[in-house]
Amino acid sequence: MVLFIAGPLVGVAVQSFQQQRASFETVERESCTPFGCTTEEATVPITGDDGRIITRTVWVGWDNYAALLNGPAVRSALANPGDALRQLAQIPFWDALRFTVTFALVTLPLVIVLGLLLALAVNTLTEQLKGPTIFVTLLPFIITPVIGALAIRWLFIGDGILTAGLERLLQQEIAMFAQGWTIELMMLGYRVWHVVPFAFVIFYAGLQTVASERLEAAGIDGATRWQKLRHVIVPHLMPLIVFVSLIHLMDSYRVFDEIVGFSASGYRISLQWLTYDFLIPDESGNRSIGRASASAVLTMIGIVVILIPLLRNTWKEQRQA
Amino acid sequence: MNGPSNLHRLPGIWRASSNVLVAAWLLIAIFPIAWLVVMSVKLPIDAFAPNIFDVLGGPETKAQIGGLSTYDLSLLILTVILTAGVHSARRFLFRPFADTTGELKVGGVILSYLTTALTLGVGALLVTPWVGTALERLTPDGPLSQPLLGATLQHFRAVWIDNAFYVHLQNSLLITGGVVAISLTIGALAGYGLARKSSQIAFWILIIALVFRALPHSTLVTGYLPPFIELGLYGQQFAVIIVLVAINQPFTIWMLRSFFTNVPSSLDEAAMVDGATRLQAFWHVIMPVMWPGVITTGLFSFMLAYNDYLVAALLLDGQSQTMVPAIMQYFNRETTLTDQLEAIAAAVSITGPLFILVLVFQKQIVSGLTQGAVKG
Repeated sequence: MVLFIAGPLVGVAVQSFQQQRASFETVERESCTPFGCTTEEATVPITGDDGRIITRTVWVGWDNYAALLNGPAVRSALANPGDALRQLAQIPFWDALRFTVTFALVTLPLVIVLGLLLALAVNTLTEQLKGPTIFVTLLPFIITPVIGALAIRWLFIGDGILTAGLERLLQQEIAMFAQGWTIELMMLGYRVWHVVPFAFVIFYAGLQTVASERLEAAGIDGATRWQKLRHVIVPHLMPLIVFVSLIHLMDSYRVFDEIVGFSASGYRISLQWLTYDFLIPDESGNRSIGRASASAVLTMIGIVVILIPLLRNTWKEQRQA
Repeated sequence: MNGPSNLHRLPGIWRASSNVLVAAWLLIAIFPIAWLVVMSVKLPIDAFAPNIFDVLGGPETKAQIGGLSTYDLSLLILTVILTAGVHSARRFLFRPFADTTGELKVGGVILSYLTTALTLGVGALLVTPWVGTALERLTPDGPLSQPLLGATLQHFRAVWIDNAFYVHLQNSLLITGGVVAISLTIGALAGYGLARKSSQIAFWILIIALVFRALPHSTLVTGYLPPFIELGLYGQQFAVIIVLVAINQPFTIWMLRSFFTNVPSSLDEAAMVDGATRLQAFWHVIMPVMWPGVITTGLFSFMLAYNDYLVAALLLDGQSQTMVPAIMQYFNRETTLTDQLEAIAAAVSITGPLFILVLVFQKQIVSGLTQGAVKG
């Protein structure tokens, strides 16, 4: 198990300092014109027996990281603050980081609040309605993420049914896939749609364990409905809210399937997409393993930052137990 | 379970608004998926019509190809009612397979679900078209024989027969089956071993499981890809199985371990006193009470492998590709509306099994999700 899990991670760290380069050799080429022949030296890539270019691995130090982070461009962007954000968005890594972080932080409160409201609302339903409601609620969560994103995309693409409805409502032409911010909006919407069921299930289970005596006691003491929610139910659910938040942050930090489903890579990319894109062979069939590894290592640093509070929590609980 | 009773006594306005909220959510939850299904059986001109009723009714599809008559629709509704009836009467129908409390045993449960599926399948796919056509022949001019809703299966035919999508289905099944089988085998053995040890190890497995849940899958693939290319594993489903099992394993072990911990150790000790080896005790005594845990863990492993896009897209190509990345091929070229509809039909086909999964295993999925929250 260590081999299959730790091995690749060590491999990534090592690869991030390497690059695959084509091997070159110098050959003499004779070119002849009616006035005589000249010989000149040319550098050509060495090809193997199968006709593919032979590559060798070279150590390049921090080059991969430097290319990703693009220090000079960042400095020049920061030099004129008025335009800094737009210029930073030109550098793939910073653009991806910006989108990933916005994505995680904007969806988080929506997921928590909607999940909680839904759990409270379903809790008031009659018993017969609860089962079917939970069944339908689980569907957006269970659907393959890429397919779910595609489903939303088809509602909006071209004159999709919702775009047509919006156009009629606003009396103007709308193209949801022509600019970045509308695509970003759809991706946020999709993710909330996809994750609210998870938050709901957890909170709903938590609601079943709220002691009715405490609610009754609060009621006798004259607490309003809002005060009961604020001072009894929410504190009781607090550990679950923290849990859902951390899981959601981890998951949305990995945002990837949305970019595929909405074909958004021309407008918005995420950190995981960046690594993925380096690993896809380019026209000549080469993968930028070195760049991909560097981007993977940088992504992992972010994960560690997100995980620290969760791990500390677990550690504390373990010590108490 | 008396928590909600208090919330039941809501004043009318609160109650009404919370019902509106639930209704709105249900509409939002189901609409994109239901819309896919509606579009998948329509001709392009109807499927992408800007008017919602044109898409639902499908006038062009009805005019050009035909569709479901009132007979067909009533027969379909009858089938659904019959299926629901058969399913709710399962305890009565399969009484010989029930234990003393009236609950069905594993065999009875499987048998009852097979019967339900058979009723639905025979009713919807055999009886409805056959009887429907016969009735339409009998009263060719009657109002009930006229097509009411335009519908066609031509996109599904194009996807599955002309485009040979079943190759990708085979690949998906192979990978999903492999991941579930390997994860569960290792997970059950390791989980059982660890459950009988101190909780210190459990803590570290939990930590590793959390770290792996957080780790972007592309990171792991970056590490696996170069050696795989070196070893000639690129393009083989086995490579995807390895990566997905590695991603999934810490979670599986941790989850199964927490299920095993709930089985009292006196149970296997008793078996061993009676002369069973540890392996025999595991297989004959522990596993029978472990099925709920194994099913829940298996479900989550299944979903991880079935829903995966990234790993398969990076490690497989062409004919070895699984269903989800294969569907994106429809978008790589300039697509016509018909291509789009074929992609929609493929998307519906991929979602079908997941729908059935929730239908059958709703309870296990919910309990699996909450298990993680309560213990993690």
